[in-house]
Amino acid sequence: MALPENGRSRGYLAARGFRSWALTLDHKRIGALYLYTTLFFFLLGGIFGLLIRIKLMYPGQAIFSNQTYNVLFTLHGSMMIFLFIIPGIPSGLGNFFIPLLIGARDVAFPRLNLASYWIFVAGILVILGSLIRPMDTGWTFYTPYSAKTGANIALLSFGIFLVGMSSILTGLNFIVTVHKLRAPGMTWHRMPLFIWGMYATSIIQVLATPVVGITFLLLAMERVFGIGFFDPAKGGDPLLFQHFFWFYSHPVVYVMILPAMGVISEVIPVFSRKPIFGYKAIAYSSLAIAFIGFLVWGHHMFVSGMSKTASIIFSFLTFFVAVPTSVKVFNWIATMYKGSITFESPMLYALTFISLFIIGGLTGMFLGALATDVHVHDTYFIVAHFHYTMMGGTVMGLLAGLHYWWPKMTGRMLSEKTARWGWLLTFIGFNLTFLVQFYLGFKGMPRRWAEYPPQYQTLNIVSTVGSWILAGGILVMFSNFIRGLFRGDPAPANPWKGLTLEWQTSSPPPEENFGTVPVVTDWPYGYVKRKPAGDG
Amino acid sequence: MMKGRGGGYAVYLAVFAALLVLTGATVAVSYVDLGFWNVATALLIASVKASLVALFFMHLKHEGVLVWTFALVPVLFLLLIVAGTLSDTLFR
Amino acid sequence: MAHSAAESAGHPSVHASPAVAYEAAKLGIWAFLATEVLLFGGLFTTYIVFRLKFPEMFHRDYLHLDRVLGAANTVVLIASSLTVALAIASIRKGEQRLLKLFLSLTIFLAGVFLVIKYFEWTEKFAHGLFPGTDIFFSLYFMMTGLHGLHVAGGIAVLGAMLFLAGRGRFSESYNTPVEISGLYWHFVDLVWIYLFPLFYLIG
Repeated sequence: MALPENGRSRGYLAARGFRSWALTLDHKRIGALYLYTTLFFFLLGGIFGLLIRIKLMYPGQAIFSNQTYNVLFTLHGSMMIFLFIIPGIPSGLGNFFIPLLIGARDVAFPRLNLASYWIFVAGILVILGSLIRPMDTGWTFYTPYSAKTGANIALLSFGIFLVGMSSILTGLNFIVTVHKLRAPGMTWHRMPLFIWGMYATSIIQVLATPVVGITFLLLAMERVFGIGFFDPAKGGDPLLFQHFFWFYSHPVVYVMILPAMGVISEVIPVFSRKPIFGYKAIAYSSLAIAFIGFLVWGHHMFVSGMSKTASIIFSFLTFFVAVPTSVKVFNWIATMYKGSITFESPMLYALTFISLFIIGGLTGMFLGALATDVHVHDTYFIVAHFHYTMMGGTVMGLLAGLHYWWPKMTGRMLSEKTARWGWLLTFIGFNLTFLVQFYLGFKGMPRRWAEYPPQYQTLNIVSTVGSWILAGGILVMFSNFIRGLFRGDPAPANPWKGLTLEWQTSSPPPEENFGTVPVVTDWPYGYVKRKPAGDG
Repeated sequence: MMKGRGGGYAVYLAVFAALLVLTGATVAVSYVDLGFWNVATALLIASVKASLVALFFMHLKHEGVLVWTFALVPVLFLLLIVAGTLSDTLFR
Repeated sequence: MAHSAAESAGHPSVHASPAVAYEAAKLGIWAFLATEVLLFGGLFTTYIVFRLKFPEMFHRDYLHLDRVLGAANTVVLIASSLTVALAIASIRKGEQRLLKLFLSLTIFLAGVFLVIKYFEWTEKFAHGLFPGTDIFFSLYFMMTGLHGLHVAGGIAVLGAMLFLAGRGRFSESYNTPVEISGLYWHFVDLVWIYLFPLFYLIG
């Protein structure tokens, strides 16, 4: 924690003790709690990932039993998705920075905000409790297996229901906050692009999450009462589960990526010293992605036995998601064009985001196309694809945001040198781990199988060694975080010379965010015309 | 700030009376075998009743564009999930 | 003054004015109702899918349901919607006693609804009809069950309003929580308006 030095204010971090955190109504503290919690599961899920890779170094039965392997990939997937990537940026950075970026005192419903954090924690505890009998369904819980496995799926479903409820309440809170609490003068077209991204995210959370809530409830009821909606023996339809699951879980991919895109839209102009190119196009493409994201869920079910009609419709619609996404990428690159770019760690992560996300996005086209998908479905091609979008995309966006806003959140600077080493190792390790998996998948290595033919071993060894380098990078990065938390140099109010409102208040911000309510007269990207505020 | 919205007791009682009449009508129709039209009338009457509740009891009649958007968008998404699911189950 | 819940907890109001706080609360409840539409939406979709798949089963099974009890419960819920609307209209005119009366009536009617539901369910159980008997009854118990949980939740919320009303927390100028709770209660009524014909009237 930031200590007072030379009379510097500890801002919102001033109060100490358990109660001051557990019962806080301050959106910044709640955001910090979410970050601690979600980053913990990032590290835990990462350990499971490393264990999976160790098992896959050898073909055939080796090291862990196949059942242990099933449990490991299920835990890796579920923790990373439900407890880290989905809540990470929205609830962590979103809570911390939405009010700051729109010049508000807090979110619209501070008590609801605290409640949703504790509902999240309660959900986590229920999920962990259910693991006495380890889950082995994969993170997708497909019926009929999930209705029959010995794992405690009913309890687990309830835990995920709670986590979803927390997500709904957070999204609801943010929507109302953006509508009602913007500082005087901040019109919709003067809002920072992170806010547009978060607004679109919140819409998805509010509209999609209830569907997965009811789905998990029905799955639990299936196990308790045998209601049979998903059971073919009773006339039910296992594909109905998949429809509901993906009606949520496809849009939720954009819950993961839209906030990351928002972070990138903030970082790129600051480190290019240029106004963002195509502001409105980026802003509205966020809403477009959120909407189109609801039309394409069926592309996860091409080989599940879905009707041809539905497959063709969903395949056709899937390609439309590429349009607003490409609009964003084009505008980021156009923003950098002829800018005075500097390569501090946030910018390095932002550039990594763009490059890896392009790979992840373009390989998505292979999967959206009905014919190619049938060939590569359930192979390592898919595994590589979604790691490029989720880890290469979302996680890099989160890391860009953490490095960018670290001084504001903690009042201390990170070591830039260590940050760059962490980035380099992460970048190399990530690509080494996952790039080869595209090839493995294309050659036919199936995902989720504990064994594979020996001819794939060389590339699997490359991938596993890559995962160690990746882990090394993340260790360096987190050691930098921990050092920065306690011993970093005091941060100025505006270290990166940004123009958004959060840089106009001290680092860390006082509990009420702004001494006087800021009045907004311009958009936050006028880097040519205006001089940035703050000391720096 | 609270003036001018909602309505007097009289409006509420009138809406209540209309809802009772509609409930009676829908039950009465259900005893007559009209085939497909049983479903159609039942859903039509339900929708009229729902609209009355939303417009008058929930004051939607007096709300602005924003609240209307919040009220209608979820219905649109409900249609979406139904349509998407049926595009599979009807043609399988 | 208790203009917002946050204020009374020692957290200065985040809203520029009581009017903005009211607008925010209203948007909040409508957004919440949006989530409820989609929560029930999953079940309505399930209903449509299986009704199209098994028309004979739906026709055979719906005859087991008691149309008169269903209609009675419809009237009870509509009446409770009326009383909660009247409760809000009363407090807007500053009528404390009427507010408490209408809130009590609403809670009473909600209780009547659950009692009738209880008799319906136990009667079904007695005839060996359970969730899991077939798809129709699974749907019936899931949908009326989830709706019943919402009724029970409504009783808790309206009970809290009655408690606060008893302590004189609401007035002509401040009655947002009553209005918000009322909107939730009307939504519970709305769901039933569709459940009633889907299960009791069309087979």
